[in-house]
Amino acid sequence: MENWLPKLPIADWVDVLVNWLTINLGAAFDGITSVLEAVVDGLVAGFEYIPSYVFMILLTLLAWKVSNKGMALFTLIGLFLIDNLGYWDPMLETLALVLTAVIISILLGVPIGIWASQKQAVRQIITPVLDFMQTMPAFVYLIPAIFFFNIGVVPGVVASVIFAMPPTIRLTILGIQQVPADIIEATEAFGSTTRQKLVKVQLPLAMPTIMAGINQSIMLALSMVVISSMVGAPGLGADVYRAVTQIQIGKGFEAGLAIVVIAIVLDRITQNIGKNKRQRGVM
Amino acid sequence: MSKIVVRNVTKVFGKPKTAMKLLKEGESKQEILKRTGATVGVNQASFEVKAGEIFVIMGLSGSGKSTLVRMLNRLIEPTAGEIYVDGEEIVKMNKEQLINLRRKKISMVFQKFALLPHRTVLENTEYGLEIQGIDKQARQDQAMNALKLVGLEGYEQQYPSQLSGGMQQRVGLARALANDADILLMDEAFSALDPLIRKDMQDELLDLQSTMKKTIVFITHDLDEALRIGDRIALMKDGVIVQVGTPEEILMNPSNDYVERFVEDVDLSKVLTAGHVMKRAESISIDKGPRVALQTMKELGISSIYVVDKKKTLLGAITASEAKDALERNEGLSSILHDNVSTVLPDTILTDLFEQVSTAVIPVAVVDEKKRLLGILVRGAVIGALAGRTEEWKLVQTTRTEVASGQSELPDMPLGSAQEVN
Repeated sequence: MENWLPKLPIADWVDVLVNWLTINLGAAFDGITSVLEAVVDGLVAGFEYIPSYVFMILLTLLAWKVSNKGMALFTLIGLFLIDNLGYWDPMLETLALVLTAVIISILLGVPIGIWASQKQAVRQIITPVLDFMQTMPAFVYLIPAIFFFNIGVVPGVVASVIFAMPPTIRLTILGIQQVPADIIEATEAFGSTTRQKLVKVQLPLAMPTIMAGINQSIMLALSMVVISSMVGAPGLGADVYRAVTQIQIGKGFEAGLAIVVIAIVLDRITQNIGKNKRQRGVM
Repeated sequence: MSKIVVRNVTKVFGKPKTAMKLLKEGESKQEILKRTGATVGVNQASFEVKAGEIFVIMGLSGSGKSTLVRMLNRLIEPTAGEIYVDGEEIVKMNKEQLINLRRKKISMVFQKFALLPHRTVLENTEYGLEIQGIDKQARQDQAMNALKLVGLEGYEQQYPSQLSGGMQQRVGLARALANDADILLMDEAFSALDPLIRKDMQDELLDLQSTMKKTIVFITHDLDEALRIGDRIALMKDGVIVQVGTPEEILMNPSNDYVERFVEDVDLSKVLTAGHVMKRAESISIDKGPRVALQTMKELGISSIYVVDKKKTLLGAITASEAKDALERNEGLSSILHDNVSTVLPDTILTDLFEQVSTAVIPVAVVDEKKRLLGILVRGAVIGALAGRTEEWKLVQTTRTEVASGQSELPDMPLGSAQEVN
């Protein structure tokens, strides 16, 4: 077999492509880099401006409002623990990184999902791309990300977006397609335009599913923080990474625990925002 | 004028060209499925719906009735054929015209209600108006009126999931009524409701219809429902319309074996009315004397007779023996008149007549709203009609026309009755 078909030079092709992109689209990548850096830095500065106890109380109240007393208590104790262990500032950096990645995932993912839900052809193209994004090991695209976006928080954000966006897209498609056919039919029978159908019926009914997708994106973005720290992103991930490389088992556990606390708080809050009022039993 | 005209409308799912060719060659639905894999939903259906009537399309599941009704507002695109609404060919309409048609002219009620779960009853009802861009106050007023019509006042802030099935379908009906379209398509609208609620909804629909005069195309698989509410019924089988006619025509003159088998289990007592089975009424005018009355009864071989005035208004009845007494005392008919005779309206169904007919001493009189005598109910004829004897029924129908004409031309002719003496 090797005789008649030489090894395909995929590796060479990718190298050439990355080189070409770095040279020709350098300006564009620089632009993206500075914008993302500004966003993350802005968020961190904003978070750090708020005194830690005020931040704790605000998040606790939010948890209480969308969830229950138990969750509020957990939030308060968890955040206090993070502060007490001395991981407050890294936690804020991680939060900024995750939030930026998630916001980008939503801004790109929801429209792509809506588009794909309307057009079969788009869906057919996008599905394998999403599979690729989710299963290609993150380290593989982390390296070209350094070429494009330098060392620091930005390649971390980009890697997080690539890994975290698929659930938002997938569940947006699913949510819209799951709107019962008879409701769609009724909407059409009264003379709705495609846009009215989408805005007044499909999106509101798909919202719980879309929110579940966003919730999954947040979780996946959080799971990327350690990997992001390898390309220089600051935050809790960097602390875990440092502890692991220096075999400081105790310290590593502390930083890891902080990530778990943040993950649970973000998960519970976003999970409950997704449910509408009637499902929460308010009405 | 016909509101909706449907000509040779066909729907084929999959491989339309080959299937259409085979259909034109007269191949059956099964044969086409076997040879091409295409399903024929509706096969060259033609019918017309008159303005203001309830036109029922009925058939078993899979007969193509839901497909057919969806082609009337093009929720399903016809493969071939023409559909005219108010003379306009809707199959050729572009997207914009079609949206306009759906907004202004045709609204629809669905079997599974298809309400928007995230909107309140009021918001659901105003949906059709909202998408037309009507301002909030106006559309809410219109929606509130529609809700009042269906008896849902006070529920406007509830969510569909808080309502029972019957009430949810009332919302569906209100939503369809809110945009004031002339044509209402109702796809198995009451089929998901339990029998008692279904009957209530049918009554209410008939009630609403008597004031609104919409053109209604009603789909059902339930023959009793079709007979109850339909002005005319189209019966479908395998995508083909096998018969179109009034409920009586379908019942009494089934066009083929299929229709006959379909209708053979129908409880005629719930379909036929007093008007269908009544006999010609024999009566005597009040200004005649007892001698004439006796003579008439003698000629006809009967022992009692109805008495009417010059306008054919029923006054009461007299018996032969009392007429004889009156003659001896030299008194008029009014002195011996029994004015408490039992009467029914012509549209009373037979079920509601049994008791009256079986206990009445003299045959029950059928009168219209102005108390004019139309006919009488003879026990034998009622039972005969129930036994489904077509000849008997046709006879009755002829008699009816005679009564009608006799009424105007010969208002006070003293006629004897062919009644069986009780």
